[in-house]
Order: sequence, then structure tokens, then C-alpha cells
Amino acid sequence: MPLRTPDVSIAGLGVTEQGKVFGKNAVGFAVEAVARALEDAGLEGKDLDGLLVNPGLTWGPASAMASFAVQQAMGVRDLRLTAAMNLGGATAGAMIMQAALAIEAGLATTVACVFSDAPLAPPKRDGSGGSASSSAYSQAGDLPAAYGQYGVNALYALVTQRHMHRFGTTQDHLGAIAVAQRAFARGNPLAQLRDTPLSLEDYHASRWVVEPFHLLDCCLVSNGGVAVIVTSAERARDLRRPPVRLLGMGQGHPGGDPLETLSSGAGLASRTAFAMAGLTLEDIAFCELYDCYTFTVLVTLEDYGFCEKGEGGPFVADGRTGPGGSLPVNTGGGQLSSYYMWGMTPVSEAILQLRGEGGARQLERLGPCLVSGNGGILSTHSCLILDQEP
Amino acid sequence: MSERVAVAKPLPRITPELEPFFAAARNHELVVQRCRSCGQLRFPAREVCPKCWSTEREWTPVSGRGEVFSFYWMHQKYHPAFADELPYAVVVVQLEEGPRMATNVLGCSHDELRIGMPVEVTFEERSPEITLPQFRPAAR
Repeated sequence: MPLRTPDVSIAGLGVTEQGKVFGKNAVGFAVEAVARALEDAGLEGKDLDGLLVNPGLTWGPASAMASFAVQQAMGVRDLRLTAAMNLGGATAGAMIMQAALAIEAGLATTVACVFSDAPLAPPKRDGSGGSASSSAYSQAGDLPAAYGQYGVNALYALVTQRHMHRFGTTQDHLGAIAVAQRAFARGNPLAQLRDTPLSLEDYHASRWVVEPFHLLDCCLVSNGGVAVIVTSAERARDLRRPPVRLLGMGQGHPGGDPLETLSSGAGLASRTAFAMAGLTLEDIAFCELYDCYTFTVLVTLEDYGFCEKGEGGPFVADGRTGPGGSLPVNTGGGQLSSYYMWGMTPVSEAILQLRGEGGARQLERLGPCLVSGNGGILSTHSCLILDQEP
Repeated sequence: MSERVAVAKPLPRITPELEPFFAAARNHELVVQRCRSCGQLRFPAREVCPKCWSTEREWTPVSGRGEVFSFYWMHQKYHPAFADELPYAVVVVQLEEGPRMATNVLGCSHDELRIGMPVEVTFEERSPEITLPQFRPAAR
């Protein structure tokens, strides 16, 4: 079968307050994000006939029926499409693909896709408090824990160490990504770290978490939710906001051992997406790349083919991906500096840029945007190519 | 050769799947899983062979020789029993026979530890039931 682009657009975006925001659980943030996305599009709850939900870590047992939980919480009736979906950080892209396919097939007309999570606990009276996310990854009783192996940071650190050994990637290279993204975050009112400038020296001075990762190699932790409304391109043109058109999409899930491949599924996913869009890498104006770690950005740039495999370090070292660079990447600060909403972070920033709502960080040169999602340890990958309405 | 550790570090559960692994370790022998259908060696333990999908499996001794394939230095406290050792290294050892295991390399400083470093198995008695295979630097 030849690839065919579904005739759909993203017509609404809802982003809740992000970061240390309390008073709602994950379902509550999901409801607020969907409500904001509907309002953004000029739609109401009764206009929805599809709801896809990516439950974050703190949904717990509610994960399995997450879309029903949100439907009931919103009092929405007669949906024709729902699902809880989870392929980690690739889910946001995969939900938008699912929505596009359903709309193209006539199964639904207006689909909300939402991610939410609430891993941060409110501060206690004694001033302590913090994140529940580390415990969510720990598995007491497993063999690795007996050796002191805890958390997902460690698993990415192993891959990064291999990449450094094999290709000569350096701490300066990783730091260049953190610095470039922070420079963008300074212009993003929603960014959790917008008020803190970052130099390469500051990066090196930040504490080690899991060496070779400094604290500033690792994404933030955020409470909040992000939702988008996907509908037909024709209908989107009549709604409140400038539509963001879906030009291409693809997934790639490589399997095998990332310590050996040192690669994500970006290559496989993007071959499908570019073929569908009828575009090439040279057509891409900017990128919003999944950045659980600085290293994830570096490896994704390699795997999309912006540089040779192993050359990601030198590629980012000269500020090319930062403000004013030839290939802007993560123009709102990404998950390293703005907010950690899994794959919805890059999706949300792509939409804001393509609608011209980037404020102080707005890119002058727009055009097709490459949006990635990445889950597990380079295990799952989604790729979207988005652009303004032609 | 064994090193006894006084701090109460977390003990792995002896699941039915891993019972032979821990029984061998108590005898200071390192074993990995082998598919009885295609002969592929594997670790960690799995119910199904990812190569031929057979569920027929057994445990087989390996040399205990290998090299450091990757590693990290953990600076963050996740479990109190490791707090005094921060930063400590967790190492993925590539065994001569093929499988890789997450482990520690005992008696190896920050400056010494590097990818490609030859290592050999040793054993750490954590409790009467649990002896953990560990690794230490080996002469080339």
C-alpha cells in the first residue's frame, strides 16, 4: 500500500500550569488540559467524540482504564473512540497518529489526546517534600537493585558511556545541548527554569547524578497536563486557531540492546514520515525532539541523519541548535528546561511555534517541524512532521 | 574468594526462575541460562528464548571471565544501605561466553575503571541464602 497522509490538523492546544503545581491529581490535570484545548479550539465537551489518554507514572491502577476515568470526570457522553495508550515518551506522537487514522477512516471527527502526571508532592511543613518519580522506577527485590542499580537515569547513563567510548562524545557536547535549550527557555513563560541563565561552566559545575550525567543532563519533573485536539483539516480551518497541519508520521521500535546499537528508532520512524510527507531532511526548518536526557537529543539528531552516526557531539558543539542557530532544536527549552510532559512537551512547542505564539522565543523562519517521541531506553519512537496550513 | 559486607543491602528475591542461579552462586559458581532448543546463552533469566521462542531452558556454568562493557558512577542515594559508598560504580560486564550482566567491580577506583577492562567473577555473601556474583579486576 502506498503511504497516504491523513487529511487532519491539530486545532487546539491545552497546557495547564506546569511544575510544582498542587491540588490536583493526574486525572484532574488531564481534565483541565482537555478543557483548555477545547476552549483554545473554540469547541465544547459535546463536540468531542474521541479521547486518547497517556497516563503518566502516578496514575497507578487507574492507568488501565485511563480514558474512561477522564470521560467520567468530564461527564462526556457517547464517545466513538477511546483508549489508554502507553509507549512511554513516544505516546504523544502515537496518540496523534491514532487520532489521525480514526478521523481519516470516519470513526471519529474530533479527538482529544492528553498526557498528565502528578509525581511531585506538595512541600511538607518542615520544608521537605519532593518527587515520587524515583521510587516509581525502583524495583526492590530485583537482582539489579542488589547491585545498587536504581532508576532510569542509570540505564541511559550506561548507553551514554558506551557512546562516549565508541565515538568520542564528550561532556562538553552534552553540555552544549543543555545550554542551547536553556537559552530558548529564557523566552518561554511556561518554562520552569526560565529565570536561570546557564553557561557551559554552570553545566559542568552542576552536581553529578549518575556520572556521566550531571543534574543538568536530566529532564525536569513536572505536575501538569497537556492536551491537543485533532480534527479534519477542513473542519480545523473553521475553528478559532490557526490549524497545524500533519504532513507525515511514522513509528520505529528497534528492539535489541541499546548498549549495542547506540541508536533510537528515529531512523525507521522518520523514513516512513518523510516518505508520507514527500519531504527530505533539508526541508526541515526546526526540530522539537524528545529530551529525557541531553544524550537523547544527540542520538536522535544522529538517527534522523542530520549528521553521521557518532557525530552528534561535534554537530551540536557550536551552538547550531540554539537561538540563532541553523537548526533550532527544542525552542521552548524542552524537558530539560521547560516542563516534563513526556512526548507532549515537544508536540506543544511545535504547535506554539507554528501558530506564531512563541513570544520572545518565536522563530523567524518557520517551515516543516520534525517532532520526536522516545520511550523506554531508546525502545520506542514516534515521528511527526507538522507545518502551518499551506 | 569472598567478601562479606556488614551493611544490610537489599536482598534479591529467590524466585523459582532464579533458584538455580542462587544455588550455584552459593557454591561460588557463575551460571547463565541456556536455551535447550537452540543453545543460545542468555542473562538475565527469561522464560522464552528470544531467538527461537522455545521455553525449554537450563542453567550452565560459564568461565566468569569478561570485560567491562559499560558503567556509571551512582552519586544519588536511592537505598540507605548504599549511602556510605557514594559514588559507587554499577558495571555491565560482557562475559566471554556472550551474555552481559549488571554487577559491581569490587576494589576498583574511579580512575581505574574503564570500558574494556578485563574482569573475573568473585562472590559476595550477603546472607545465608544469598551469595551474589561480583567481579574484580583481572590480569589480562
